[in-house]
Amino acid sequence: MSEPLLKVRGLKIGATIYPPGEKSRDIEIVHGVDFDLEAGKVLGLIGESGAGKSTIGLAAMAYGRGGVELTGGEVWVNGRDVLQSNMPDKRKLRGAEVTYVSQSAAASFNPAKRIMEQVTEAAISQGKFSRKQAEERAVALFEKLGLPDPENIGSRYPHQVSGGQLQRCMTALALCPQPDLVVFDEPTTALDVTTQIDVLVAIKNAIRDTGVAALYITHDLAVVAQVSDHIMVLQQGAMVEYGTTDQIINNPVEEYTRALVSVRSIKHIEKEPVGMPILKVEGVTARYKGTNFDVLKNINVEIHPGQTLAVVGESGSGKSTLARVITGLLPPTAGEITFDGRTLTRELATRPLDDLREFQMIYQMADTAMNPRQTVGTIIGRPLEFYFGLKGKAKQERIQQLLDEIELGEGFQDRYPAELSGGQKQRVCIARALAAKPKLIICDEVTSALDPLVADGILKLLLRLQKVEDVAYLFITHDLATVKAIADSIAVMFQGKVVRYGPKSQVLAPPFDDYTDLLLSSVPEMRIGWLEETIANRKMESAGN
Amino acid sequence: MHPIIKLVAQRLTLGILLLFAASVLIFAGTIMLPGDVAQQILGQGATPVSLANLREELGLNTPPVTRYFNWLGGVLQGDLGTALTNGRDIAESISGRLKNTIFLAFWAAAISVPLAIFLGLLAVRYKDRWPDKTISAVTLTTISIPEFMIGYILVYWLAIKFRWFPSVAIINDSMSLLEKLNAIALPVMVLTLVVLAHMMRMTRAAILNVMQSAYIETAELKGLPMLTVIRKHAFPNAVAPIVNVVMINMAYLVVGVVVVEVVFAYPGMGQYLVDHVTKRDVPVVQACGLIFAAVYIGLNLIADIVSIVTNPRLRHPK
Repeated sequence: MSEPLLKVRGLKIGATIYPPGEKSRDIEIVHGVDFDLEAGKVLGLIGESGAGKSTIGLAAMAYGRGGVELTGGEVWVNGRDVLQSNMPDKRKLRGAEVTYVSQSAAASFNPAKRIMEQVTEAAISQGKFSRKQAEERAVALFEKLGLPDPENIGSRYPHQVSGGQLQRCMTALALCPQPDLVVFDEPTTALDVTTQIDVLVAIKNAIRDTGVAALYITHDLAVVAQVSDHIMVLQQGAMVEYGTTDQIINNPVEEYTRALVSVRSIKHIEKEPVGMPILKVEGVTARYKGTNFDVLKNINVEIHPGQTLAVVGESGSGKSTLARVITGLLPPTAGEITFDGRTLTRELATRPLDDLREFQMIYQMADTAMNPRQTVGTIIGRPLEFYFGLKGKAKQERIQQLLDEIELGEGFQDRYPAELSGGQKQRVCIARALAAKPKLIICDEVTSALDPLVADGILKLLLRLQKVEDVAYLFITHDLATVKAIADSIAVMFQGKVVRYGPKSQVLAPPFDDYTDLLLSSVPEMRIGWLEETIANRKMESAGN
Repeated sequence: MHPIIKLVAQRLTLGILLLFAASVLIFAGTIMLPGDVAQQILGQGATPVSLANLREELGLNTPPVTRYFNWLGGVLQGDLGTALTNGRDIAESISGRLKNTIFLAFWAAAISVPLAIFLGLLAVRYKDRWPDKTISAVTLTTISIPEFMIGYILVYWLAIKFRWFPSVAIINDSMSLLEKLNAIALPVMVLTLVVLAHMMRMTRAAILNVMQSAYIETAELKGLPMLTVIRKHAFPNAVAPIVNVVMINMAYLVVGVVVVEVVFAYPGMGQYLVDHVTKRDVPVVQACGLIFAAVYIGLNLIADIVSIVTNPRLRHPK
């Protein structure tokens, strides 16, 4: 049998960490991983953040990001152990034999240089092609990847094309030098779901047509199922399971893999609306200062007490702006917002304290929503003092009660945000919102930055708290799986308008309008062949192009 | 209209307004100076009548606002007035001095700017290793020593001990370029040592900041050598802050060379200004002040325009 293109044996990767207030120490983040990749095949690396996926992917280029060091093992590419190579040999490997596609093309393209120059740079500087040949290859790749105006798009600057287009340019950049292996590191994670599917198709076709091998890194098993031949499941720097895509998706052996496959299977039965709505948004139109177009156009929605309205849409559809208008951060130019039977003033500054208490917010980035220099106890205690004047023992007891509600124990009071995991941080933010005893909590993409299993935990917690506290949620998200899991009613937003609105069962049942159909059909499903079927059945082109 | 043209036009207008504001400040400042020019010219033994006559003759009795506009009107037509002390046309005397100062500043900049940027790049390439530490230590030492001190040290070693360069930097029009350069070698060295650290540190910091970007990783993963990565991918994005600090230092080279000119008896603007301040020759002080203000504003304007023009988002709007 011939040698595989990429052979990894006992790969160990370490890093030095600098915990605040402690001595720096060395830790191991990948503990001896083995795998092979044949020429022209695609291996999916899957796992949660911190599992070591990207680190392993970059090790195939003998590269350690930041302070990461490749401490042990062997990485054979085309029959050479690249970890033992000297620097000039490593440089010949990078950008020629192995290339890289990063998560954020927007950050990975140099803003000061034209796209063509960057796409062809490696091929030319590595001596694989002349400038003319490289540019011809680039144009051919732009065309294959479905970019508009392939002849001229290269003369643009990165900020002049859309996010989805730039991600395809990044793929062209990786394929231009005719490498043997491409490392795709979460190439569609930062994109809207309707854009993701197009980029996914483009990548898949490009891999098939060029016969290049690929390492496809993602946390989304449904995505990797569409492109991979084999899948390796990683957890905390070690391999959990390795198998063909069919076996991993349909017959997972390990419990962790089974959990990943069955993620997002929360069943939530929608509640009938009862009584008066707690929040009513009527005819709201809004625009930002200094702009000449409305970001919200005549929005009408309502939420009933103890229920969840999910607002879904792509980035730029106006979801978060709606939250800003309801909270009073952005006064609407027209329309009215009624809360619990009384009309709210348009501006935050003119609302009485009790109106402020009634809505609380939870944000996408729990990290930036908390003061890193305050302990969990101080963070949760602040609304207790501010709204209820609680002090001393009464405050301590209430803090403890709230920590119990979010399933964190006693020891957490004195911890700082930096000592918590992503999911724990989001729980603290939930506790802080609950501390004000609000009737409505606005959740802005609260699970988007979390790993699927952790996100599931947060959603279950939110559902349980809704039952106990009888709080209503305005749940803003771009993720339809989350919507299905949590919503009682749904508003679909597109370009500042609500294009579909009603109880969950109606909104998610056919017949669909074109946009809702596009949105629903773009959510990757965990079965092989989903991508091809979906593309064949589409009614409407996605907006990101 | 192209946004760049609009932004540049805005900056230019602002620069001109600023220059007018500076002229008001300079004029007001010189009026508030203590002492009386007439007294200074005629000496302690002057009679009250002759003092009054001279004041009348010099126009010191007209109200300040009128005098300001008269002066400004003259300046706008290229007439800087006449020196009170020797009755010579200021524009004429200054032009020779200004030429000398700019000659000195030009050669100091021609050496220090490329050297500072090169050392900055080198410091980034060998970050936290001995070349970086040596460059930082040496440049910080030279910026910490007062410039007259460096001047005297260089004079002692290079002019007196080794006799390589003259200790006094006197130039005139009959000298060839090479002779002139030989004459100003020591002041150029002093100025270079003084401005080097600031520009080098800023280059290093600006590029290190850019080196954190994801696109630098992309460049590294293309297998480009480190110096190519810095030169082609980091430097173009660090130009704006570097140009800013370079321009501030260039302005310093023109405006702040007073001490160095005095140490080396160099016939430049600085010496001219110092001489006339002691003689209370207000028109000369005003003229020098205005020229210095114009240089400062002009160079900072250039820095602003460069950072606008090098921003690809402004240069190539969507």
